[in-house]
Amino acid sequence: MQAGRRLILKGGAALALLAALPRALLAAAWPQKAFMSTESRQALTALLGTDQTTPSDQITLKVPEIAENGAVVPVTIKTTLENVESISIVVENNPRPLIASFELMSRALPEISSRIKMAETSKVMAVVKTDSGIFSTSKDVKVTIGGCA
Amino acid sequence: MASKIKIKTRLKGDVAEVKSLMLHPMETGARKDPVTGELVPRHHITQLTFTNNGEAVMIANFSTAVSKNPYISFSFRGARAGDTLTVSWVDNLGGSDELETVLG
Repeated sequence: MQAGRRLILKGGAALALLAALPRALLAAAWPQKAFMSTESRQALTALLGTDQTTPSDQITLKVPEIAENGAVVPVTIKTTLENVESISIVVENNPRPLIASFELMSRALPEISSRIKMAETSKVMAVVKTDSGIFSTSKDVKVTIGGCA
Repeated sequence: MASKIKIKTRLKGDVAEVKSLMLHPMETGARKDPVTGELVPRHHITQLTFTNNGEAVMIANFSTAVSKNPYISFSFRGARAGDTLTVSWVDNLGGSDELETVLG
């Protein structure tokens, strides 16, 4: 019984501490506003603080030219840019354009692969945040059968 | 419950290549159940964390638009044979899964 009460007290204290922490310290918070945005510029601003990205040929975005099945579109992004902090995938014509954001700690190599859903033919954008700016590259992907996104 | 995460790793020098597959419906919230005609609630992985010997090396944030049964691959430096690699995820409905593997 004693232990149970202790646990509750501890839990309460932990919650209070969590609430008191400034949001910025919770680096691992899921960026809800960015993911709920219905427009790619809004999503980028919510995620990175700006929708201005510098086009870079040091980013390689590998996507199929034609995706027959929009429910499973393979995406690989790699870059030779240094000190990469995050890599994000944006599909402009999806109802919610921000698809995923990968936070790379210092030991992670700047290359990720995943599979995404595309509602319709769209521009796909790879956005790379480094310690010296925000860079991007994009490609058009034709979708034959849209995947519910 | 046994973990439903699948993971494959390969060490090349001190670089660990990680390929992982999660079992998750990744429901968008916009799909109707073909039988009842009702909307299937939004249900998706929100955050995925890869930890090497207790230190986070990559954190992925997902929307509903990552394909069903998400696949992810990446690599990191400073890995050694015998190191632990932990993959864990949480979803928007409070679900979670975790798997620990040993490198090398």
